[in-house]
Amino acid sequence: MEIVGQLQKQFVDFSTSLYGEGFLDEQYLQLQKLQDESNPDFVCEVVSLFFDDSEKLLNNLATALQQQVVDFKQVDAHVHQFKGSSSSIGAQRVKNMCVAFRNFCEEKNLDGCLRCLQQLNHEYFLVKNKLETLFRLERQIVEAGGTVPVIVA
Amino acid sequence: MAKNGFFSRLRRVDDLSHEVHVLAVDDSLVDRKVIERLLKITSCKVTAVDSGRRALQFLGLDETEKNSVALDGLKVDLIITDYCMPGMTGYELLKKIKGSSTFREIPVVIMSSENVLTRIDRCLEEGAEDFIVKPVKLSDVKRLKRCMFGEGLGLNKRKLEEHCGVAIPSPTPSLDDDNVSSNRSPPSPCSPRSFSSLPSSPTSSTPLDSPTRRFEASSES
Repeated sequence: MEIVGQLQKQFVDFSTSLYGEGFLDEQYLQLQKLQDESNPDFVCEVVSLFFDDSEKLLNNLATALQQQVVDFKQVDAHVHQFKGSSSSIGAQRVKNMCVAFRNFCEEKNLDGCLRCLQQLNHEYFLVKNKLETLFRLERQIVEAGGTVPVIVA
Repeated sequence: MAKNGFFSRLRRVDDLSHEVHVLAVDDSLVDRKVIERLLKITSCKVTAVDSGRRALQFLGLDETEKNSVALDGLKVDLIITDYCMPGMTGYELLKKIKGSSTFREIPVVIMSSENVLTRIDRCLEEGAEDFIVKPVKLSDVKRLKRCMFGEGLGLNKRKLEEHCGVAIPSPTPSLDDDNVSSNRSPPSPCSPRSFSSLPSSPTSSTPLDSPTRRFEASSES
């Protein structure tokens, strides 16, 4: 019971910090509402899809920006997609980076775009890391016989 | 009973065994998974496709298909589609559906991450039932379902006027100085159009409530 309590506290503290630091926003809480006994892994499944999608997009972006003649419309299309998916799962900092990125696309500012891509990569891997930690904590709590605390806005 | 959409919707309200069947269209896999779950959790049957083209094929409307019979015999009660999609946009899909004598009665709801007034207006003018700003929340889907298939109180204002010959009072036109589209398509009794995260308050809410969500959201893009 001691272990479960500790893990639960860790989970709550960590979750709170993720929201507090803007890594996650209200939409992530929305996803939690969609998870229940009939769909116990829903959030993890959606987030996994997000990871796959994001890594493809980051590769596509890198390729698109390496072209001799950069097609900014294409770059923007990728960023738009990334903005959408990150928004749908509540990855706020990633989403905000996409917004900034789109501005540089509109200006056809290659340097700006390259810098954004770098930052986007950074933000993405940060949130990926955080979410994986979150999921790990959840698993540990369940394996120790406890229930995962529900975070409310 | 009449075969048109309005009356058949009412009929389904009484028929408890009938689940609302929604055709969801979105090119994003992440969004498709989310919308599918949102709809299922509100007790809808869902068919999710990744393009307008596939949506038309499902309905049996695809021009390139000689066979005009729908792939699936299930009747579609609602179509919810993303706006920005490669190939056929949600707007183009909307036009195709509203241009079809067989399917024009099916309500179409547009989803978009971009809270652009001209886009919203265009869709509503073309016959979209509602416009939801992404990311879609559970409250958005619940409201939609309640308004269209609920107790009948939340039925679309336009449809009510057409079929009942009743003029439902609209918000004061004089308040429409700023770019509020609600003068063209006033809020349904359920809740204002396209303002997905506002609570579903009665029409006593001023039009000024409407731009709030819009401006809040548009600062994102």
